[in-house]
Amino acid sequence: MISFSVNRQGVNLDVDPSTPLLWVLRDNLGLTGTKYGCGMAQCGACTVHLNGEAVRSCVAPVSRAAGKEVTTIEGLSPDMSHPLQRAWIAEDVPQCGYCQSGQLMSAAVLLRENPRPSDDDIDQAMTGNICRCGTYPRIRKAIHRAAGLMSTGGAK
Amino acid sequence: MSDNILNVSRRGFLQGIVSTGALVLSVRMIPEVLWAAETSAGSHADRAVLRPSVFVGIDTDGTVYLVAHRSEMGTSSRTSVPLILADELDADWKRVKIEQAMGDPRYGSQDTDGSHSVRDGFTTMREAGATARLMLTQAAAQKWGVPVSECESDLHVIVHRPSKRKAGYGELASAAAKLPVPKKEDLQFKPKSAWRYIGKGTSSYDLVDLCTGKAGFGMDARLDGMVYASIEHPPVLGGKVKSYDEKAPLQVKGVKQTIPIKPFTPPHHFQPLGGVAVIADNSWAAFQGRKKLNVAWDNGANASYNSDQYKKELQDTARKPGKVVRNIGDVDTAFAKGGKVIAADYYVPLLAHATMEPPVALADYRDGKVTVWAPTQNPQAVQETVGEELGIPKENVTCHVTLLGGGFGRKSKPDYAAEAAILSKAVGKPVKVVWSREDDIKFGYYHAVAAMYMKALVDEKGKPTAWLQRSVFPPIGSTFALNTTYGDAGEMGLGWTDLPFDIPNHRAENGPAENHVRIGWFRSVANIYHAFAAQSFANELAHASGRDSVEYLLELIGPARIIDVKASAPDYDNYDGSPAEYPLDTARMRRVVELAAEKAGWGKRKMGKGSGMGIAVHRSFLTYVATVAEVEVDDKGEVKIPAVHTAVDAGTVVNPEATRAQFEGAAVFGTSIVRSGAITAKNGVIEQSNFHDYPVARMNEAPYKTSVYMVDSDAPPAGVGEPGVPPFAPAVCNAIFAATGKRIRELPLSKSSANT
Ligand code: FES
Ligand code: FES
Repeated sequence: MISFSVNRQGVNLDVDPSTPLLWVLRDNLGLTGTKYGCGMAQCGACTVHLNGEAVRSCVAPVSRAAGKEVTTIEGLSPDMSHPLQRAWIAEDVPQCGYCQSGQLMSAAVLLRENPRPSDDDIDQAMTGNICRCGTYPRIRKAIHRAAGLMSTGGAK
Repeated sequence: MSDNILNVSRRGFLQGIVSTGALVLSVRMIPEVLWAAETSAGSHADRAVLRPSVFVGIDTDGTVYLVAHRSEMGTSSRTSVPLILADELDADWKRVKIEQAMGDPRYGSQDTDGSHSVRDGFTTMREAGATARLMLTQAAAQKWGVPVSECESDLHVIVHRPSKRKAGYGELASAAAKLPVPKKEDLQFKPKSAWRYIGKGTSSYDLVDLCTGKAGFGMDARLDGMVYASIEHPPVLGGKVKSYDEKAPLQVKGVKQTIPIKPFTPPHHFQPLGGVAVIADNSWAAFQGRKKLNVAWDNGANASYNSDQYKKELQDTARKPGKVVRNIGDVDTAFAKGGKVIAADYYVPLLAHATMEPPVALADYRDGKVTVWAPTQNPQAVQETVGEELGIPKENVTCHVTLLGGGFGRKSKPDYAAEAAILSKAVGKPVKVVWSREDDIKFGYYHAVAAMYMKALVDEKGKPTAWLQRSVFPPIGSTFALNTTYGDAGEMGLGWTDLPFDIPNHRAENGPAENHVRIGWFRSVANIYHAFAAQSFANELAHASGRDSVEYLLELIGPARIIDVKASAPDYDNYDGSPAEYPLDTARMRRVVELAAEKAGWGKRKMGKGSGMGIAVHRSFLTYVATVAEVEVDDKGEVKIPAVHTAVDAGTVVNPEATRAQFEGAAVFGTSIVRSGAITAKNGVIEQSNFHDYPVARMNEAPYKTSVYMVDSDAPPAGVGEPGVPPFAPAVCNAIFAATGKRIRELPLSKSSANT
């Protein structure tokens, strides 16, 4: 039995502890906002927060989450009010949208650590997140916009 | 959340969750995402009070249900096509609910490819909207006892002009429904000046869901009691299972059984590849179980396929006379006269789609009928393929279209949906087939590898008087018919037979090539290698005579005129567009060249050391695109693309912001092709497997800024999803030449000697 918290709710699960957190979230808990893209920490589609740190859930065994706090895209904000989500909407970032949960979760950690990132900071932080549709310029713009929203009190 | 997404029983997900606290939690946590089983009752549009067309239904509460009959894979079809109807109906977009159509021939073609959803939908949607609007207007006139001619629509209401009385659409729906559906001839379309949405556009209907993790992709489809499957496919095309270990996979916790899938009967078409499926109660267990299958394969004839050798064969063939697909004047006589001849070979490798969401499908087979949920570009093809595989009529196959996590042509081929259906029948439960990234890279319907040979005779000013172009590639037709080695008219028409250059002696040829992997449509298809060769070669000629690339390109295009391609290439199909509506117009081509050059500051800016600009122009999917790329190449040969300027004439643009996004995306997609994309085979087995060895462009490699300039046009709408891709690679490679003097004739850069 493995116990941890997902989006501030406790869960106890009877699963093989080596199962990647990604598949536990998706298949066992039905939290399908977190996506599978590569399974080998190459694309970032599966990014979640583990005790606030961005983690590629496809390579993190669920045992690593034991006793910890997991946040997924579903928990980024209860009502899409996170400045990043607002910025994403304002910039019409998504095309197919499949990568965007992971992009948002990576960007959230970036902004927490660096509230005013430069273009280079953004490139550095977001390079692990692939978008095959090519929304990168809009992601960059949206992160700057979100940073602006946060500095003007938009942050929660 | 759109309305046809219903929740289903959650029991399935609660398995494995033990504590009671978690039970409450799970109910709250599970998002209500499933593309629901609205099989028998039809769509909401069908059930609405007023339903003058299969595409629209209006209820008494004023809700307008619009049916999106094309698939959403990121190109905005699901928003932009219904938006045309909403405009003609004068509907308030806020009161519109979009329903995703199931596969059904009553919607006409649902094939979401070839960049033609807006083009095809433009008239159909306006007719449907005008029909509903006229019926509502007639109902209002009747209600007020006034002439119809005194009534007109405003936003979601009909207004009686003289008295200023108003009635809402919901209020009028029942009365309108009693009226006969008007004839097409009686419809009046809104003038362009009255368009509300066309040309202004709107955000994706799914925008919020896409930013909150709630959107329903194929990967997210779930059914009560379903199991997961992962399939070990034959590593070589046409391979067969000799033996495998049935027991070992069962040692993996969660694995339930293994099921062999029969090999396909050639030609492969959309049939499953065959292999062995592992069924488990979650995706991960199915993946793990596969590792213990220990399959012995009979690889078959394609095991002789090696990309290095094959490349030489293609290049040899490209040096030999091929089948003439277009002829103007007499190239041979012209070359025989002698003079300055320039020739070059170009090469583009196999490419994989690598959609972010790999192929995946959920199927539920019961009593001779099957329901499929799939991220598919063509639900009717799912019905046909699944029907054939299961030996049931296609009418017994229901196909729900989920959102697609990218398509790019891969999801036009429903082999993965057929796998799910076959397995559901075998297991007696709903089965979700999940392809891993490795499966996706290794078992694609690849973009064809191609070799091109170009040769020109130039006069003293450097202008060609004779031009020969030859392309050789395994054709897409090989997917559908055995022994197909030549491209068809469609492939040849993709940037080869329609090259609009003003040259008196001009011949296009195509040489034969056998396929050893599955070949399929890939965003912009043969235009990629054809534009790469033609636009690179044009630039080589410009430099050979010391001329400015833009000025030279304009001279090659020649004076403004309509080109009758069929006169020299009888099989030319012009993307199925009529030459009257969609002529090949060099005035439009010149304009995009001039616009891109002007916006880029061509010839006006001093480029630093290792920096350069390159231009390329290409018409595809009836849209004219010129791209100027700026590159910076460092001492190590590393290429950066700080800016891209793209000028686009796509005729009438319905959704400008979404269109802009498509061209931004095409630049990134094109960057992958230029920098890194290459699929190769050894002994018939694909050598790449995931993003570490099939890299696609990341944020720091993608163009820093892509500016898109749209030509204002009254021409009918043309494609926007694909046309940004073809000119991109030659524009970048021409820029690399300008920056470094190194000519790139082979993609990707990582394989090109110029990069060392
Ligand atoms: S799925 Fe985890 S990084 Fe790609
Ligand atoms: S939006 Fe499609 S992969 Fe990023």
